[in-house]
Parts: sequence; structure tokens; C-alpha cells
Amino acid sequence: MSHFPDWAIILAVKSGVLIFIVVTAFAYLMLLERKMLGWFQLRLGPTWCGPWGLMQPAADAIKLVLKEDLTPAGADLFIYKIAPALAVLTALLAYAVIPFGWLPDGTPIAIASPNVGILFVLAAGAVGVYGIALGGWASQSKWSLLGGIRSTAQLISYELAMGLSIIPVVMLAGTTSLAGIVAAQSAHHLWYIIPLFIPAWIYGVTALAETNRAPFDLPEAETELVAGFHTEYSSLRFGTFFVAEYINMITVSAIRTLLFFGGGDGPWVAQFPLLTVVWFLVKVGIMLFIMIWWRATLPRLRYDRLMTFGWKFLLPTSVACVIIVAGVVAAMGNR
Amino acid sequence: MSVDLAALSNNPDLTLSPGDDQDTLVLSMGPQHPSTHGVLRVMLRLDGEMVLTAEPEIGFLHTGIEKQAENLFWQQAITVVDRADYLAPLSNSLCYVLAAEHLLGIDAQIPARARVLRVMFAELTRIASHLVWLGTHCLDLGAQSIFFYAFEMRERILSIMEFVTGARMHQSWFRIGGLGIDVPKGFLERMDDFIDRFPERLADMRAIVEKNVIIVDRLVGVGKISQQEAIDWGLTGPPLRATGIAYDVRRAHPYCDYESYDFDVPTQTAGDSYARFVVRLDEMYQAWRIIKQARDRFPDGPVVIDDRKIVPPPKTEIQHSMEALIHHFKLVSSGFNVPEGHIYQAVEGPRGEMGMYVTSAGGNKPWRVRWRPASFYHTQALKRLGPGNLIADLVAIIGSMDPVFGDVDR
Repeated sequence: MSHFPDWAIILAVKSGVLIFIVVTAFAYLMLLERKMLGWFQLRLGPTWCGPWGLMQPAADAIKLVLKEDLTPAGADLFIYKIAPALAVLTALLAYAVIPFGWLPDGTPIAIASPNVGILFVLAAGAVGVYGIALGGWASQSKWSLLGGIRSTAQLISYELAMGLSIIPVVMLAGTTSLAGIVAAQSAHHLWYIIPLFIPAWIYGVTALAETNRAPFDLPEAETELVAGFHTEYSSLRFGTFFVAEYINMITVSAIRTLLFFGGGDGPWVAQFPLLTVVWFLVKVGIMLFIMIWWRATLPRLRYDRLMTFGWKFLLPTSVACVIIVAGVVAAMGNR
Repeated sequence: MSVDLAALSNNPDLTLSPGDDQDTLVLSMGPQHPSTHGVLRVMLRLDGEMVLTAEPEIGFLHTGIEKQAENLFWQQAITVVDRADYLAPLSNSLCYVLAAEHLLGIDAQIPARARVLRVMFAELTRIASHLVWLGTHCLDLGAQSIFFYAFEMRERILSIMEFVTGARMHQSWFRIGGLGIDVPKGFLERMDDFIDRFPERLADMRAIVEKNVIIVDRLVGVGKISQQEAIDWGLTGPPLRATGIAYDVRRAHPYCDYESYDFDVPTQTAGDSYARFVVRLDEMYQAWRIIKQARDRFPDGPVVIDDRKIVPPPKTEIQHSMEALIHHFKLVSSGFNVPEGHIYQAVEGPRGEMGMYVTSAGGNKPWRVRWRPASFYHTQALKRLGPGNLIADLVAIIGSMDPVFGDVDR
């Protein structure tokens, strides 16, 4: 019937479905965030588009598509146009390896389950910085430039602490495969949040910084840098940055769930393995709620304090955690 | 292509010395920037994110209010005076009205009820203005929710204003000779409700922001100014009191019987943004105390003086009395004359000493209404406070000085 091998077609369909789900999840995450910010702030949030504002994401999308796509006169055209695509592409890339749960026979529900899953996610996240930094640089606007510089500095500094906060998990689980880490947690009946609560906390903080969320939303600090790196972007290109940010939010929540909260592990999963997907999504939802809660509560850090916090506190602490966990693992023998 | 920045700017502070144009960035912050509170433009010279020089530029909201006031009858000018500092319209008109009453020599005749209501509403205005400051300042620092809590409370105040005067913002309620109209039925119930609720809500808002680690970190030591410098730069109001000088026009030069009210003048000694922050929060509580005392006095009686040459007769009388009709016609068509003279009148507005130098040439219009807006002096101090800080700090400093550009530019 076709020139493509079966596995390629299956992969393409799976990826297509997943991208559809992720993008829909993004749209409703945005609605949920607006609703919840509304409730936090004595407001109702969107109520006009459809029942309970449910069509608001569609309305937003239509509005963005219909806007004029402006390009500043001095912009570096190729980089200016490629930057949002780069941001969203790397954001989506991470989903290739995220196991959403497991089937009755123990196979992880994921596009791919490589044995270097966590490294892949970190690599994709690291490339994501380019989208923001290049977008800020190519706009040829001073505000964008400042935003781009901030994001480069911030993301690189926090990436270090983030990577180091993951190492204890890898050492305890003895594998870099995300499915393997989850399996190790459910095999020991111990979510890593309990032994590794400090790395879990560090990961949570650095994840906020990685996704440019409040209180670390410095690259786009509205009240300081107008809109930071995406000041000059309009229309769908602006929307693409937005999509990337929210998808990254879901990604870090998912990774946090997998690394520290047992992934799809939960009550009754032995009897009903498909329940793993539900538990996974519930946990991710709770993580997302906490991120939105922080946004409603906390003011923004100052740039230099952010750096101090990252380099002088988070990094040494995570190094100490790595050393301690390494010692414990060595003392307890190979698990 | 190299741009000769010195030629582009008429501003000596922004000219670059030879050789350093590679390292610094000239950035125009505003007039359309989310944190310049309207239309301030600050020309910055940056080294990275460090501000080397900051030059505030004003005038984007100039509406010629001083000149307009010269072309309106004494009583009519209140409407334009209201619109200068749009967050504290009643403080503006109180200042103007007091000046005109002094020139007319009727300041001692103002009925007690009008004086009490003036105090009450001037303090309500202060709270409303400080609530806007609290919300926007915290928003500048990145805290979103407090903005809505503050504005919800302000909305209660504005709805009381609307209930009494018919307007939420530009009430034009204080008139030469008293008040425009008496308060409607049910006013005291609404005031009592507000007086009951406010301290708790204020305490809630303070609990959210005052000791917040990030807010303290962002504000302490930022935009510090010494007592002497604060005086040299002409700071008044909360920025001056934050340096430890307890100068308050309500105490120093009382008007509207402020000397008979029991209130404290909150001061701090640090002189930084956090000190200004705490002073304003304290001031809201003191304003509430004054309102409470005014509510307890609340005398009966008329709200305007009984002088037909200044205040038009009530409508019911106009329908029956020829003389009243003539008085009304004269006041509406040509106003009243104010004896020749000049006066500087100041009131303690929410932002600081709100002064007006009013000159009368004896006619039915003011000859000159010259303002001393506190915001103007606070804005010029940015030149002193800005350098040496980060952009994020500059935003915090602008917020803590709380300028209103309707007031600065008039």
C-alpha cells in the first residue's frame, strides 16, 4: 500500500496524536491558568466564549492568527523567523520520551523509551534556550536584547543546578531511562520525593526558572522589559512563544512527576494498569496548579539576586546532595 | 553607521563621552512603558542592566489645566483643577477651594458639617490613592494578586463617592463656600460599613506584602536618600517622611480643623523604597482613624455658607423669589468677583504637599493658578535616585515615589 514501513506510519500517527493532545492540553492549561488567577484575584476569569469560557482558547488562537505579523525593520530576518519555531519544536521534542503510564504487560506508554530518556529531555530543554535568546537578539530591539541576555544567563545558570538535582535520582534508580526510574520507584514502593526532598525542591525551583515562570519570569518581565524577548513579536509568532512556554510548563511538571513522584504509580495500579495514565495526569495537574499558585502569589526576583541564588545557593546545595547520595549508594552496595 | 547621540539629544546628561559609546546603551524607557505609571519617559544610559544616568522627561500629559483655570469663573475652575492629579481629585479641589475662600475672606464662615465632610472625603481620597499605589507598585514588582485586592477596596471607596457626589473620580464636590450638595440618606450606614471593614482588609493586604521576602529584598536599600538631600530635592509627603522628617501639612499648617483630629504622622528613618512603602501603609491606617473621628463628630446643619453672592440659592427658592432668580442668573452668567490678592495654599495630598499659588486681579476669573505638585519634585529626584541601580530597581523606585503624571504635567 505504501512505500513507508509500518513502524514509520505507526510512529507518525502516534506522534501526531500526541502533539494534538499536548497542544490541546496547552490551550486548556492556559484557560485554566486564567480561570485560577481569576479566582485567586477576586475575578471570574474568561466567561464569555462558550459555556464557562471553554471556547476562550479557540478565540485566542483565531485572534492571534488574524493579527498582522510584523517584523521590525532592522531584524535579522532568518533568525527572527526561525526562533519561535525553534522554541516550540524543542518544547515538543521532550514528549517523545515521556512515559505516560504503562500497559498491562509492563510496556511504557510512550513514543519511545530510550535508556537515556532523562538526558534527552535535558538536551531538548537546553536547545530551547536558543529560541528565546535568538528571538531576543534578532528582534534588534533594546528591550528584546535585554530579555534575551537575561534568559541566556538565567537558563544556563539554572540548567546546572537542575542537572545536578537529577543526578541523585539517577544514582538511586541506577538508570537514566525515565520508564526505568518510574519502575524503580514502584518496585521499592518509595517515591523519591521522600529520600530526595532537597533535590526535588531544587528541581521544582529550577524548573520554574527554566520555563520563565513567576517568580523567575525575568526574560519577559512585563513591568521591567515591556515584554522582554518577545516584545517585537506579534501574531502567530508571538503565539508560538506562548505555546512553547506552556508546553514547557507541562513538560517540567511531567518530569518532576516521573522523577520524584513515582510517575504513574498509585493505588490499585497493580489491578488496573491503565490507571497509571490517570495517576500520572492527576499528579501533573497538581504540579501545574502549584506553578500557577506561585505565579498568583510571588513577586518577581531581581536579576542579580536570581544569579546569586542560583550560583551561590542552589548549585552548592545540589552538589552536596549529589555527594551525599553517592556516598549512601556506595555504602549500601549496588542496588 | 554611527549615530551622533549628542546631536540627537538636547539633554547634556545623555551625551556620551568619547570612546565609551561601545560600552553603553541609551534606552528610552517610556513614555509607553508598563511601569512608568502613565506617560513618564526616563532616558537611561545603561551599562548592561546597570543605570548610569537617568533623566526623567515630562510633559506628555500636559493639558494646560493652569491656563484653562484662568479662563473659567472661580467656581467653574474646580472642574479642571479636579483633573490634574486624577487619583486624588478631591485633594486638588480642596486646595483650590481653600485658597479661593481665603481670598474671599469667607474661610471662617464655612459650616462645620462641610468642614467635617471635607476632611472625611480628603482622607477617603488619600486611602483610595494609596490603594492604587499599593496595587501598581506591587504589580511593578511582579506581584499580581495584591493589585486586585487593593482595587477591590478602592472600588468600595469610589462607590461611596459615587453615591454621594454622582461621580466616581472627578467629583467637583468641594465648592467655594462649602459643598456642592449634602450627603444623601443612607450615607452614614455606608460609611460605617466601610469603617468597620477597612482595618481588617488593610491588615490582610499588609500581611501579604509587608514581610514578603522578595518584596523586602527588592525594596530595602534601593533608592536611598538622606534627609538633607530629600529636602534639597524638594521631596514632601511619604518620601520625605520616610527619611525621618515628620513634616505633614496637616500638622504644620492645619486647615479644615485638622489640628483637632487625633492622628499620628508615620515616619521611617531609612529613606529607601521600603521605608516609603511602610510609611504609605501606615498612612492608610491613620487616614482611617481620621475618617472614624470625622464620622463620630458629623454635625447637622447646612453644607454651604448662606451668602447669595457666592452660593446660588436652592432651586425651590428660585421658583418663588425674583431676587433669588436674579442671584442665580448672576452667578451662572458672570460668576462672582474675588478681591484682589494672592495666596499660597497647601494641603497634604496623598503624594505630598499639594500647593497652589492663586492670584486674583479682582475679576470673576482667577488671574493665575500656579501649582506646586508633589509628584513633580518626586519625579525630578529620579535623576538622583536612578543611577547605580538596575532597571528592575528603577521600576521599584518610580513606584515608591508614586508620581501621577496628570499632576506633574498639568
